[in-house]
Amino acid sequence: METGSDILLDVRDLTVALPQGAERPNAVENVNLRIARDEILCVVGESGSGKSMTAHAVMGLLPGPHVRVTGGEIAYRGRDILTMGGAEQRGLRGDRIAMIFQEPMTALNPLMRVGDQIEESLKAHSSMEQSYASKAARRARVVELLTDVGLPDPESLRRSYPFRLSGGQRQRVMIAMALALEPDILIADEPTTALDVTTQKQILGLIRTIQAERRMGVMFITHDFGVVAEIATNVAVMQHGRCVEAGPAAQVLNQPRHPYTRQLIAAVPHYIEHRGDFLKRGDALLTAEKVRKVFHLGGGLFRKGRELVAGDDISLTIHPGETLGVVGESGSGKSTLGRCIVGLNKTDGGRILFQGQDLAALSRNQFRPVRKDIQMIFQDPYASLNPRHKVADIIAQGPVAFGESRSKATARARELLRLVGLPESAADRYPHEFSGGQRQRISIARALALEPKLIIADEPVSALDVSVQRQVLDLLEDIRHRFGLAMLFITHDLRVAAQVCDTIAVMQRGKVVEMNTAREVFQNPQHAYTRTLLDAIPGKGWEIPEELRTGTAGLAGRGAVA
Amino acid sequence: MSRDFWKAFARNRGAVVGLAILALVVLAAVFANLIYPQSPWDMAAMPFQPPLSDDALLGSDTLGRDIAAGIVHGARVSLLIGLSSTAVALLIGVTLGAIAGYHGGVVDDAIMRFTELFQTIPNFVLAVVLVAIFTPSIANITIAIAVVSWPPLARLARGEFMALRSREFVQAAITTGQGTGTIILRQILPNSLSPIIVSASLTVATAILLESSLSFLGLGDPNVMSWGYMIGAARTVIRQAWWMSFFPGIAILLTVLALNLVGEGLNDALNPKLARKGRA
Repeated sequence: METGSDILLDVRDLTVALPQGAERPNAVENVNLRIARDEILCVVGESGSGKSMTAHAVMGLLPGPHVRVTGGEIAYRGRDILTMGGAEQRGLRGDRIAMIFQEPMTALNPLMRVGDQIEESLKAHSSMEQSYASKAARRARVVELLTDVGLPDPESLRRSYPFRLSGGQRQRVMIAMALALEPDILIADEPTTALDVTTQKQILGLIRTIQAERRMGVMFITHDFGVVAEIATNVAVMQHGRCVEAGPAAQVLNQPRHPYTRQLIAAVPHYIEHRGDFLKRGDALLTAEKVRKVFHLGGGLFRKGRELVAGDDISLTIHPGETLGVVGESGSGKSTLGRCIVGLNKTDGGRILFQGQDLAALSRNQFRPVRKDIQMIFQDPYASLNPRHKVADIIAQGPVAFGESRSKATARARELLRLVGLPESAADRYPHEFSGGQRQRISIARALALEPKLIIADEPVSALDVSVQRQVLDLLEDIRHRFGLAMLFITHDLRVAAQVCDTIAVMQRGKVVEMNTAREVFQNPQHAYTRTLLDAIPGKGWEIPEELRTGTAGLAGRGAVA
Repeated sequence: MSRDFWKAFARNRGAVVGLAILALVVLAAVFANLIYPQSPWDMAAMPFQPPLSDDALLGSDTLGRDIAAGIVHGARVSLLIGLSSTAVALLIGVTLGAIAGYHGGVVDDAIMRFTELFQTIPNFVLAVVLVAIFTPSIANITIAIAVVSWPPLARLARGEFMALRSREFVQAAITTGQGTGTIILRQILPNSLSPIIVSASLTVATAILLESSLSFLGLGDPNVMSWGYMIGAARTVIRQAWWMSFFPGIAILLTVLALNLVGEGLNDALNPKLARKGRA
């Protein structure tokens, strides 16, 4: 913030009130932020920290009338936006301050051509920008913008509808739209969170280049310290609506002072050097051989639908006690593999041998006895627990289905709750009374209730905040050692895989392209795609400060309940 | 459900009014024999007495039967047929919808084509035909009305089941080894009930209207007094004696309106996310 001469946006003592009855009186409390020309300010925090609210307050997007600014000011080049009239604010929005959103899939109007959507903002501000008064001029500008954000064949892309574009391409269109009028300030609200790592890397690169070229100030909201390390000039860390630490990126990343910042940085998943190699003993617990799965989309009685090959020749093995990480981008077939193993999907070819028995050949009824041995933990802790059942019933459902008496199963459920770090009293409550991390613990308890040999964990932590993510990972690690469980850990995040897995299988387009010990995959990747993935990990140039690495921090987090 | 439920329900003032009207109708039906111990078919006054005459509060009809007595006793039939036909419709509709929605594929196709068969025939015509064939009695009228009112409920249940069966908690139930019946009844059904209850409350209203229309056409049970019958019998003298059809008409209007209001209130209370904004 030393470049004080050219301050573009100055947020002073901003307070945003929440409606009565909310969990805290203010969404944002006395927050001070400054964005100067040529700098990227990363606002970091977990969900509910008020980071998005701050951005929305700047853009006038607060969900009024209950949520409103009650104090402070937001000055754009020295003039308070909050005291401006409606028309003046609108003039500023999109023109001088532009925003890109998290979900590229929903941020574009599905019924409008991409080019027309970009043109719209040009049109809206054409009274000020005389150069865009004519249609031809706007057209030309749209093509220029689409070229600038690196989209191929802009002339024809201009006439496409959003559904034809991938997530990354849509995010580029969003950026083109934001850049349409050469704003001074770009506010990016988690713009890469919904994207795959390789796409994320491209978008981050794009934002950085554009910011440097046009000398903009960028406010970049994120929860990921890896991303911060990648692009930030300055960092502001938010917790419970307050800004707890702010400073230049190098200082906050390498010498964090506030305990919350330290906790967040310690929770960033990373490869653990000192993990011992896993020793394979005995026969494989599960062997997948050339598993193939094709989904038939659409179609009906008289016409044939489209075919989507989700799994094509997937082969891998898991030994008792081993944690195998299946890593890949969306659409690589990793979840499909997991679902085929637990029998939620039928395979279209290949064999899945579990203790010598081919699961793929079993009918639904024949499969039932195997369910005891293979359990699954789901991704979304908010969708995976039946909202109308008590926690005890949720955990006990498996044993009861297998003939255990209800009282015995419920007693066991209480034990399991304690095991996963929840109080026994949780048994009599409903899922909605718990936080995301606590729900995931309940999910884990449910999977353990049947005393399985293999657990399929499908992105079990990707819906959680980093610090909670860390605790759940620690719990999984603890449990698998205690019970000698084998685990198939499906994740899109290589850093998470590095932290918990013995072996890693990298998947691309329905195939396993590389499978090796975690150490080998990280230190000596063989396949080009693995190298691309490793290269795309955000913040790989940044080393987590020594004193915050695993071990100490991990143990500190274990006692607390998510 | 319970305190929060009532709070949300009471926030919709129309729903509370509806519930009050409905309570009055129910009370009238339950205590009909106490209020008017005589049979509503008996002659109680001179024919063609206007309202507020000495021996007939709401007037008498062409044969001297007390209109007020007819309304109070008619409430029984209306409510009985409304509720029981809806119960039957729910049984058929939710069962078929649940099976179709849960299994999908060929089963879904077959059940839905069957449902469409019923939807393509106009409701009322089908009900008239059924009653005409099976002779009008309370049981047959109930069944006829149920047969024409289950398809929308089946469609609704199917939609709910389709959306819920791919939810992770249902998949978790599959992976923990629960049977299909348990999953449908214990996991999915409780989560799909709210919209079904709301829709059922509106089905009761439609059923009451259907019953009145059938009675109006003379297809009601000849042994019980009903609102539709009263209007039907009075239609020839509507210009000379308006009260004979007016009061039963008001009774139908209020009951159906009350049921609709209650349905809306239930919708607000059970589906808080769908509740229309701006009332809070």
